[in-house]
Amino acid sequence: MPAIPRPMQDSASFAPMNSARVFSPGFGPGVAPSFERMSARRLYIFGGIALIAAGLLFGDIFAVFILHQNAARQGEALIAASRAVAAGNTAAVNQALGHLGSVLEDRGTKVDAHVHMIDAGYLALLLALVQPYIALSRQTKKSLAALFIVGGVLLPVGIFLIHYVGLTGSPFAAIGWASVLADSSGALLIVVLIIQAWGFWQYLRSRQLSEPELLGFELPAEDSTPRRALLTGGTILVLLGFLHGAYYAGTLLYEHERMETTILRRMIDAAAAGNLDVVTTEVNNFGGLAGERAVNIAAHSHIIEFGLLAMLLSFVQPFVFLSDKWKRRWVKLLLGGSVILPVFVLLELKLGLLAGGIADIGGLMVIVGLVGMLVGILRYSGGLDVAEGAQ
Amino acid sequence: MTGSRKLLIFGGIALAAFGMLYGLQYALFVEHQTLDHMGGSLAQSFSAAAGRNLVQSQAALGQYGETKYDYVRQVDAHSHWIGLAMLMIALGVIFERVNFKEGVRQLVAFSLLAGSALFPLAVILQTYHHGAMVLKALAVVGSALVISALAAIAWGFARSRSTA
Repeated sequence: MPAIPRPMQDSASFAPMNSARVFSPGFGPGVAPSFERMSARRLYIFGGIALIAAGLLFGDIFAVFILHQNAARQGEALIAASRAVAAGNTAAVNQALGHLGSVLEDRGTKVDAHVHMIDAGYLALLLALVQPYIALSRQTKKSLAALFIVGGVLLPVGIFLIHYVGLTGSPFAAIGWASVLADSSGALLIVVLIIQAWGFWQYLRSRQLSEPELLGFELPAEDSTPRRALLTGGTILVLLGFLHGAYYAGTLLYEHERMETTILRRMIDAAAAGNLDVVTTEVNNFGGLAGERAVNIAAHSHIIEFGLLAMLLSFVQPFVFLSDKWKRRWVKLLLGGSVILPVFVLLELKLGLLAGGIADIGGLMVIVGLVGMLVGILRYSGGLDVAEGAQ
Repeated sequence: MTGSRKLLIFGGIALAAFGMLYGLQYALFVEHQTLDHMGGSLAQSFSAAAGRNLVQSQAALGQYGETKYDYVRQVDAHSHWIGLAMLMIALGVIFERVNFKEGVRQLVAFSLLAGSALFPLAVILQTYHHGAMVLKALAVVGSALVISALAAIAWGFARSRSTA
């Protein structure tokens, strides 16, 4: 594959770990010259962090304004269904359970939109890291990056719309247009990934890079405190998450599954016998069980995802053009929130909404830390590319 | 690029693509039908109870439990494949900093790759044989491989200050 000439050195050939004191005049968000020709790597980094921040913000809004209200609506629907059973009214049973299905779909699609947006962001950051080893032309890589970001945005948007669009105007029996949008976007991400894997395979076979000026640039040699803190903290968080997941799967998962059908059985039997007091108790038990499962799964997934996020952010620190003091502040905020959120999500069972509120603040801390770093990336002009390429 | 890094990065990209393909085919051909079946079974259980047919109600509730058992595992396998793949790619980028000999690093990388593929696979296979002990054991072995590899990597990072 032919080598592409080294880019001309631009005005931003300073080391990015320098403090903000060395910013060139007029340098700031929106005016950095090299962002006019954004590379695939910068598209992935900027798009990835933006997707993660947006996904976290959406999750926080969901947790504050929808999650608990949705749980209450599930309980109401179960009570209504049980009363209909007691009255022997099959039509009312179907209506109540149809409503329960809608409530569950409302919750499920929002959780999925939150998760898929963040995961698409993680994948974008990962792809940014391996770009030097993808043996494709610069323009192809840039187009793939744009396609990936588009897919990463449209996939969660499609998932979010599933509940609202339903089967309106759809020619399919069970799949609506919003699902088609989500599935097509997922397919787009898969195609981009397969092409990236092919490009990586080409590199392994030929050992030739399409951008040789980036050789050795996959991990700039900065060894700063923020970077070490993110890497170490991230690894510890991931390990803790795995251990918690193993504990949950080994001791609680099967027990919870067994309890769910047992509680429903008792609820239905009590409803058929017209004993609405027992029904209410069992609906409360059902809600408690659902809550216990939800907080364990949420703590497990959030601590691992935040750990992975911290590790990924440790790689992109050289692109965060802020002073070390501000970098450390954002790192502390991000790691602090990464611990607070899963710990207080778990404590929600004991402390109730107070713990839920603190967990939401933890999520907000992660978002603020991320946005702070995003601002630093916007201020990055590409100087590191040039500096490393010149070596 | 060392063999251990190649294993992690290429294996990670391949596993992520596979996990996404699996999720896509599941969303297209299975998920909606499964959710319909799950909701339908629960509705049938309540409806049968309203008609005072408790035997049918119990059978429908059993179907609901089995369908949900499958659904949870399908979604878990999809998300764990992709999540573990992302972790592999991320670790692949910095695997030189794991301060072991390359032979040990390759062993750790292989353990992570094998565990990341095996653990969700064993979870999915449980949907075909509910409660099979051998599949549970396989899932435990897979997750143990991942956890031990990650612990080794953390140890390698801790040793790496002097030798990058």
